[in-house]
Amino acid sequence: MKAEGTMIKTEELQINIGPQHPSTHGVFRMLVTVDGETIVDLKPVFGYLHRNHEQIAEVNTYLQNMPYTDRLDYFNSMANNQAYAMAVEKLAEIEVPERAEYIRVIMVELTRILNHASALGFLINDMGAWQTPLAFGMREREKILDLFESTSGARLMCNYFRFGGVVRDLPPDFVPRLQSLLTGLPTFIDEFERMLRENEILRIRSEGIGVLPKEVAISYSVTGPVLRGSGIPYDIRKAEPYSIYDRFDFDVPIGTVGDVYDRFLVRIEEMRQSKRILEQALKQLPDAEGGHINPKARQNIRPPVGDAYTRIESPKGELGFYLVSDGGQTPYRYKVRAPSFINLTPLSDMCRGYKVADVVVILGSIDIVMGEVDR
Amino acid sequence: MDDIVVQVLIMLVQVVVLVLAISTGFAYLTLFERRLLARMQNRVGPNRAGPGGFLQPAADAVKLFFKEDVIPTLVDRGVYLLAPALAVIPALLIWAVIPFGCLNIAGDYQACFADPATNPNLHNIFQLADIDIGVLYLLAITSIGVYGITLAGWASNSKYAMLGGIRASAQLISYELALSSAVLAAVMMAGTLSTHEVIYQQMTMWFVIPQLLGFVLFLISGTAELVRAPFDLVEAEQELTSGYNAEYGSMKFALFFMSEYIKMIAISAIAVTLYLGGWNAPGLELLGSLMTGMAGPLVGSIAVGLASFLVFLVKVVLILFLFVWMRASWPRVRYDKLMYMGWKWLLPLALLNVAMTAVFVVVLPDALIHSVALFVASLVVMAVAYVVSSRVKPAPSRSRIKMVQPEVPRRPSS
Repeated sequence: MKAEGTMIKTEELQINIGPQHPSTHGVFRMLVTVDGETIVDLKPVFGYLHRNHEQIAEVNTYLQNMPYTDRLDYFNSMANNQAYAMAVEKLAEIEVPERAEYIRVIMVELTRILNHASALGFLINDMGAWQTPLAFGMREREKILDLFESTSGARLMCNYFRFGGVVRDLPPDFVPRLQSLLTGLPTFIDEFERMLRENEILRIRSEGIGVLPKEVAISYSVTGPVLRGSGIPYDIRKAEPYSIYDRFDFDVPIGTVGDVYDRFLVRIEEMRQSKRILEQALKQLPDAEGGHINPKARQNIRPPVGDAYTRIESPKGELGFYLVSDGGQTPYRYKVRAPSFINLTPLSDMCRGYKVADVVVILGSIDIVMGEVDR
Repeated sequence: MDDIVVQVLIMLVQVVVLVLAISTGFAYLTLFERRLLARMQNRVGPNRAGPGGFLQPAADAVKLFFKEDVIPTLVDRGVYLLAPALAVIPALLIWAVIPFGCLNIAGDYQACFADPATNPNLHNIFQLADIDIGVLYLLAITSIGVYGITLAGWASNSKYAMLGGIRASAQLISYELALSSAVLAAVMMAGTLSTHEVIYQQMTMWFVIPQLLGFVLFLISGTAELVRAPFDLVEAEQELTSGYNAEYGSMKFALFFMSEYIKMIAISAIAVTLYLGGWNAPGLELLGSLMTGMAGPLVGSIAVGLASFLVFLVKVVLILFLFVWMRASWPRVRYDKLMYMGWKWLLPLALLNVAMTAVFVVVLPDALIHSVALFVASLVVMAVAYVVSSRVKPAPSRSRIKMVQPEVPRRPSS
């Protein structure tokens, strides 16, 4: 045992990772205390992108909020649209025609593929692969965005859903284009998986890193691929089938360890399952002209007094909208249950004890979008 | 007296030309890398400045020159200013002993291919200095480069930079030994430390065959030495926002950038010299004798000189391609795993390679036989290392992800 005086004096160091940092996926700040390179403590600080979303939504009419939900998780505007449209439909008791439901499912499942392709690209990019996997993921994303553009007129901020359906029917060439996309999709997924799945470095960087045990995941009410990576088969499409999800046959992939690697693999499998859903949806798609929206549904609505909560399985997890109506033109209360925000809460538990380099990888594996975390 | 003056003049011209050529080489290496990376990522890459983006490096240089030269208030000024120079000077010095061709101005191409010990008639102007301890010099100079990085990290008075600096020193300690041991085995094969003689010893067989293991180890630890991907922890953009050079701007940053790329060319050149037969290629001698027969000895040796330079260039570019390819493909190794790999895998393997080489060279004096034996032994060692490493970390099983069908609760019938 050395005497106190001869020991080298070491100190813990506090580093701010962010808010301006290439790997924080937006203006997110982590106040990290490190001992050498090991994380002793991590304190997430956010709010830099707070823009009063919920408050502003209470002075907008119900329809005005639709494009506003696009800006939450700007990768998945279609999913946000669906969750919000469903909430209003529940509140105002609006029926949705069959064809519209299928169009919605197609759009949201495309969104899921798009989100996972880019999220995995970003994840590997955070591990230090110089943008090549990201470029592959983004290429696939662009193809899907082309479809979105042809349908809704916009690539990112689609604003495509309306109460009782979608704003316009699919363009005539949509189905063949989607089919050709679906034929190419397995190649992309396999290629993306093969590229680095068994790569030594990727495994070193992800296996056993950022482990989130089942119990901890549940106690933080984590949802989405992060929860399923921890081995809990909870998917709202199965647990509480909304829309027409009970008509499709698909599996829920779950991990066994709950580390970054599991989340990586779960997302890859989810892309495959989304593709299965899309194929079934295309087969079943009813061919009814003009059936894309309920003709009786008014858009400028005054829902009866009451409240409604709906939730969907957005690509990032459970996305819920809680609306309270006082019978007026605008919601009395509008609350978003954002999956990115809730999934971010166990971050310090997941990071403690790992290295500085792991922090960005763990953050990448949660897959957050700051537009949704700070509302 | 005149002789010395002429020699000094020749040397000065050589130095100036070399430094300019390397700086240009660095500039075009950046373009090469960017275009290549772009190709690998389904992009086009810089192609606006000049035909095919050919003037892009010039544009970049001009931009960096005109950037404001900011020195943060709380830096350790002296060290802060010294660090970029400390990084770039060794990178340039490496080139003093590397033969990048063989142009004998004495006008006798055969001197290039003759045994240097019995043939003093060689004045190769494509090598600045053929010193007796050339390889040792290379090892010494390459390891100085890290001081620039470490000192930059310390002097910047920034936490990110400091982490980068610490990483640099730890990384170098882990890799220097494996690198030197790999080089040592090649030197044992050649029986000399002079770079020109190492090439001469490879006239019959390139050392990459007997030293296959050594070559692989050299490439791995060379990449770590260069702090290139996948070992670019020092400037990890995603973690440390470019680490040690975070506080540097303008030309001072350009110097760091320059040192990394010049070192990259230099490590490739060392690999070519030690393992891939240097500037030599089959047919060079034939070319020399043909040209000499047609147009005299001077033309013959110039032809050999230029051809050998081209050969050298091609080999170097092939290795550079490998470096870029690695950068495009792989994620970054983590700091502690890098040291684990350096100490527990690379160093033992490198030592084993040294021992193997020593035993085989002594026991089997015939060059061909011990080369073949070493080649087989290298393959065996690499196969065993692969098997052992996959035992240590077995491949992920398919059952890691389970596909389940959660029970669907029945919908309340309405």
